[in-house]
Amino acid sequence: MALLEILTLPDARLKQVSEPVTQFDDTLRAFVADLEETRRSGPAAVGIAAPQVGHFIRVVIIDCSVTRKPVPNHGHLILVNPEITHWEGYEAGREGCLSVPDYTGNVIRATRIRLMAKDPHGELLELDMEGYEARAAQHEIDHLDGMLFVDRVVSRRTDLFQRKVYQ
Amino acid sequence: MNDPWHMLTLIGEDKPGIVAAVTQALFELGLNLGETSMLRLGGNFTIMMMVSGGGDEQALRARLEPVVETQGLSLHVDPIRAHLHEHVVPTVRVTVRGADRAGIVAQVSAVLAEAGFNILDLESDVAGTEQQPVYIMQIAGVASVPVDEIERALAPLREEGVEVSVSTIETYIG
Repeated sequence: MALLEILTLPDARLKQVSEPVTQFDDTLRAFVADLEETRRSGPAAVGIAAPQVGHFIRVVIIDCSVTRKPVPNHGHLILVNPEITHWEGYEAGREGCLSVPDYTGNVIRATRIRLMAKDPHGELLELDMEGYEARAAQHEIDHLDGMLFVDRVVSRRTDLFQRKVYQ
Repeated sequence: MNDPWHMLTLIGEDKPGIVAAVTQALFELGLNLGETSMLRLGGNFTIMMMVSGGGDEQALRARLEPVVETQGLSLHVDPIRAHLHEHVVPTVRVTVRGADRAGIVAQVSAVLAEAGFNILDLESDVAGTEQQPVYIMQIAGVASVPVDEIERALAPLREEGVEVSVSTIETYIG
């Protein structure tokens, strides 16, 4: 296992679109182990995406089981070639990023999503996510498409937090 | 890098071009910007900006005189310590809404202070109409006590017709 170097802004490689994984082999699983070790070494990182460590393949890890206030979650997830197939609702929430040190901002994300992915052995996963976990998946999948949360930050003066009340 | 830092406060009647004129002047003077807040309050444009370089308070004031003059601004300068790259992430959001009346901010912030709540960001606005003004306030900060305790402390305000909501901010890092 090895700690991998995290790319940070303004590294142009963070804008690169990652390629789908085709080989579900030991090389992939060894990389996933390194990625996980890197995630855990970061300051309070809930998720991480392969391109953040300069590997431009469609792999992300999220683990929403350790929030201060428990949220609905599927535990520790390794998602290979993840794809969101369904979106519902939207809400604002605060995000930060290992690749954007010392900055957090509000981002609008879908409240509920359905997601298809493979695990590191190529088995199909189909997950319904909501809230914080749905946010995590959307943030990480953005990395695979060369997007950072700073590309989506909304003004703090837009009163989006109250919209939920009217739904 | 070791230039002293100052907080500039610039206020004037709002019109297009203030930010461009001020930041251009700062750039030409070789000053660096730190964190800033620039926004319109009522019909006024307000700027608070951290700057480094440009000499001491007096020198800064003298050098900024032309742009202050042409833009019709008033300028205030304070020496500060920068503390950049030390952002504190808020953990709790408090939203307050109610018929505009004297003392809402004082009441809410007194309760929060009592609960050891550190306000990082407070923005308030007067919405509605002149006949029926509505006060809206959003506060983000760091609480040293659980959210329900803050909720309980603010509950009496509800009986006075003020809508108060308290929620946890769970910042996603990934």
